[in-house]
Amino acid sequence: MNLSKILKNSLLILVASLVLTACATQKKTGQLQGDVYTGSDSVEYLASGVPDRVFFATNETVLTTASRETIRKQATWLRKNSGINVVLEGHADERGTREYNLALGERRANSAKDYLMTYGISSDRISVLSYGKERPVDSGSNPLAWSKNRRSVTVKAN
Amino acid sequence: MLFRYLFILLILLPVKSFALIEVDITRGNLSPLPVAVSPLSIDEDSRNSFKKILKKENIGSEISAIVENNLKQSGLFNPLNKDAFLQKPDIANLKPRFEDWNLIKAQALITGKVTFVDEKLRVEFRLWDVLAGKEMMALAFTTVPSNWRRVGHIISDKVYERLTGENGYFDTRIIYVSEEGPKTNRIKKLAIMDQDGFNNKYLTLGNELVLTPRFSPTNQMVTYLSYFKNLPRVYLLDIETGMQEVVGDFPGMTFAPRFSPDGKKIIMSFAENGNSDIYTMDLENRIVERITNHPSIDTSPSFSPDGKQITFNSDRSKYQQIYIMDSNGKNVKRISFGNGLYGTPVWSPRGDLIAFTKLHKGKFYIGVMRTDGTGERLLTENFYQEAPSWSPNGRVLIFYRETKTNSKGEGFSAKLWSIDLTGYNEKMVTTETDASDPSWSSLLSN
Repeated sequence: MNLSKILKNSLLILVASLVLTACATQKKTGQLQGDVYTGSDSVEYLASGVPDRVFFATNETVLTTASRETIRKQATWLRKNSGINVVLEGHADERGTREYNLALGERRANSAKDYLMTYGISSDRISVLSYGKERPVDSGSNPLAWSKNRRSVTVKAN
Repeated sequence: MLFRYLFILLILLPVKSFALIEVDITRGNLSPLPVAVSPLSIDEDSRNSFKKILKKENIGSEISAIVENNLKQSGLFNPLNKDAFLQKPDIANLKPRFEDWNLIKAQALITGKVTFVDEKLRVEFRLWDVLAGKEMMALAFTTVPSNWRRVGHIISDKVYERLTGENGYFDTRIIYVSEEGPKTNRIKKLAIMDQDGFNNKYLTLGNELVLTPRFSPTNQMVTYLSYFKNLPRVYLLDIETGMQEVVGDFPGMTFAPRFSPDGKKIIMSFAENGNSDIYTMDLENRIVERITNHPSIDTSPSFSPDGKQITFNSDRSKYQQIYIMDSNGKNVKRISFGNGLYGTPVWSPRGDLIAFTKLHKGKFYIGVMRTDGTGERLLTENFYQEAPSWSPNGRVLIFYRETKTNSKGEGFSAKLWSIDLTGYNEKMVTTETDASDPSWSSLLSN
């Protein structure tokens, strides 16, 4: 009993220190997990607690766990506000050719759209617009800036 | 007005063909041919008439300056300093004293004469082989005075053709996207200019985002992507009349347009539900055909010059690579297998090569490969550059490059650059504003 308590405690400490190290490394690499942006710079809110955007890994269009959570929140909010339609604006970073990035942005926005639809939002309420790499939020040319630019942003259409 | 045809009356003085001087353009030319471009001679009356109409002090000198600049920019010729010329332009045009030209090491000599005839500009010019002491070519033509810059370009093309045995590319235009403002909110306009940067004109006002303009082989039409009303669609623009229309009736984004080599079709991508495929639309009967049908991204299509094949960009093997297929979408074959990602394939007008952008280890390269993917050659490496477009003779590529404006890697500037197929003669093309997405027209005087 005692032993297991000690083990549990040390495990907790171990976990806590791992989390702390993780936080430290995240800070060092500038709010990146892998190369997906996890910070809140440039993020706006559709409503309190409902972030407007999700981020992607380089050349990827699949939603991360955090992104899926964000979109579930958006879906909940959209169900409550059934009169609001949205445009999903898909973007890419500058490290790609212009035309391919237009397609990539479209695919990212559609990833977000598909997930909204599985949470009961009708496709009539969602339109998709790709900007490719034409509208970065961060004009820098570094991994952090690029990670902020690889995004799908949910914008109120009305 | 912009594209008023130039009426060339080719008064062909007999052209004698000898095995005279030749310029080999298949290699990087490290010793450009020394050429003397004598100012075109002009009589007093003609000079005054042109001065009134064109506000140019001496139109003969102006035209020869265009020729000189074109030949120099090609990297194949070394125009000699006029101060060293011993013979007067009018005398040289009648009968050059070859010893004099030989003395300043000129191997070729260009002479000529401009006259004002019936409100028109009449030009005759001659190309001489200095060492052989022979006339290589003599041509004359007449046009409206306002076409004087084109006259310079046409002379340049004729000289280039006679000395290299290949078609020229000077009497051409470049359509491109003019860029201004911060990167996060760039203002982009369509712009067009002569290949040497003169006669720049803006074709859109910058109210909506425009991208990737491409010339039709007939030169009157341009296809491009516009975000008019926030609906990214492929448009067709008549640069002469300014009329424009949406290409096809697609329920989503269309992009990456190009003309077929006969100018009758537009090939482009259509994106729907996260999937981009390649389509064509016939501009006469408006019939739309789907060319690829694959869950991957298929984009950046470009026809072979015979119209029988298409090269395109696809990520069906996970990352961007270059493919070719028959024009009906059959026989899809991947041709890029090197390290890195490959995009923006463009078929050479000569048919034998495909130019592309390559991304590898954080660098961007412009390169060429044969149409079966062999013989890859990277011509230029930089932090960011893309979108090569061929000169109509397939010897030169124009593309755009973004550079940082300070050492911390901040700020940026986008400019057009050209490079010879050999990888030599890389040059920035001067534009009034920042510029991207260049597309080279075919020869206007064909």
